Amino acid sequence: MKKLSLGSNHEWLAANRKDIQQIERRFFLKGAFSMSALALLSGCDLTHDVTTQRILNGASRLNDDMQARLFDPSRLAKEYPDGMITKPFPFNAYYDRSKVPAVDGDIYQLELLGLVREKKPWALKQLAALPQTSQVTRHICVEGWSAIGKWGGVRFSDFLQRVGADTTAKFVGFKCADDYYTSIDMATALHPQTLLALTFADETLPAEYGFPLRLRAPTKLGFKNPKHITAIYVTNVYPGGYWEDQGYNWFSGC
Amino acid sequence: MNARRHTIIHASPIRVIHWLNVLTILAMTLSGWRIYNASPLFDFSFPRWITLGGWLAGALQWHFAMMWLLIIINSVYLAYGVLTGHFRKKFLPVSKAESWNNFKQALTCKLQHKPGTYNSLQRTSYLGSVFLIILLVASGLATWKPVQLHWLAWLMGDYEGARLVHFFAMSLLMLFVAVHVSMALLVPKTLLSIITGKVSVAATPPAQLSYAEIPSTEAGDAL
Repeated sequence: MKKLSLGSNHEWLAANRKDIQQIERRFFLKGAFSMSALALLSGCDLTHDVTTQRILNGASRLNDDMQARLFDPSRLAKEYPDGMITKPFPFNAYYDRSKVPAVDGDIYQLELLGLVREKKPWALKQLAALPQTSQVTRHICVEGWSAIGKWGGVRFSDFLQRVGADTTAKFVGFKCADDYYTSIDMATALHPQTLLALTFADETLPAEYGFPLRLRAPTKLGFKNPKHITAIYVTNVYPGGYWEDQGYNWFSGC
Repeated sequence: MNARRHTIIHASPIRVIHWLNVLTILAMTLSGWRIYNASPLFDFSFPRWITLGGWLAGALQWHFAMMWLLIIINSVYLAYGVLTGHFRKKFLPVSKAESWNNFKQALTCKLQHKPGTYNSLQRTSYLGSVFLIILLVASGLATWKPVQLHWLAWLMGDYEGARLVHFFAMSLLMLFVAVHVSMALLVPKTLLSIITGKVSVAATPPAQLSYAEIPSTEAGDAL
């Protein structure tokens, strides 16, 4: 898979984000027409051209903004009756099912980092002792397929309040036992249907669906719902993500 | 041979919109095919070489960048078409019986083509293509934002319904494109007129004559 040459200085990117966006926007409007003309002449190789890639990335940042603006914090994703749950529920990851990480629930600890007041790690039992809620919602993959599942766990906004997270910060990032990482906007983190899920189909989260802890946000595409979460951090520095750093749209809301 | 004169049959805004739409819809379709391939709805995939974007992330970037152009271009087109009376003058009225008659004529190579004026079948087809682009944008937005644009998703039959509507609307639009391009190639001066806007016609009879009245023996081409 071809990696994007995004550069490594994320802090610089974050600090100059507004300016970059403006420049990129101008680029986008000027370039979109001639780019499309060129695309037809030279085919898909053009996508890897540096200028084209800059324009496409600029458009993707513009789409981050548009989606954040379109996001209604009180708009709930549709909930379905239990009878509509997809069976079997698809497995999906950046690796094969045989590579699913085996996390030991007895010694597992959830780490908290960044702009959080109480950074004491959480054991699985402590998380299970918090008030639980569940939902039957549609999980939509960036590939296009969707499946309806039932997830249960702790409402993420309750958890963030409880640990004293700075909810005025921009991003919440996740690190996972399978080396996956991703991040979401604070507005989505605080959405009432965003859960730290401990169960799937009323049972302890199976390994392939993210044991011991995953994020369930029905207002985000599947790859923004990280599995096997080992650390959560709150930050104002754009954290990116495994797929996002390769060119997938960061906001990716539904 | 009669002296000939040139008359504008396609106003410049229409020509600019037409060619911008050609590029935009082509890019949307080819990147859309790559997105389709990531999770095919049916038992086939589009040949990889014809798709745009290289891989799923690239195709999505193209699709969601060109989406804005598609929406802007066609919003301008709809506003122009309604406000200047372009739609009313060129696309109305349509008649089911006459369109069916035109269809039979086309199959037997008897359909007449008069530059600057459309027969009922053409009017129906062009109105159909406008409707399909609107349907593609609506079903596309419903697929992109089934939660935020819940009313649109509901209208399309939820997320999976919207995907299907999007696919079939694309298929029908491509059918339109195939027929439209074939017809343009069969009557090459129509292709020229959507570039230059002009068509050459006989200077006689008098200049006030509207195209609808030009005898088909002069300006018409048997398809």
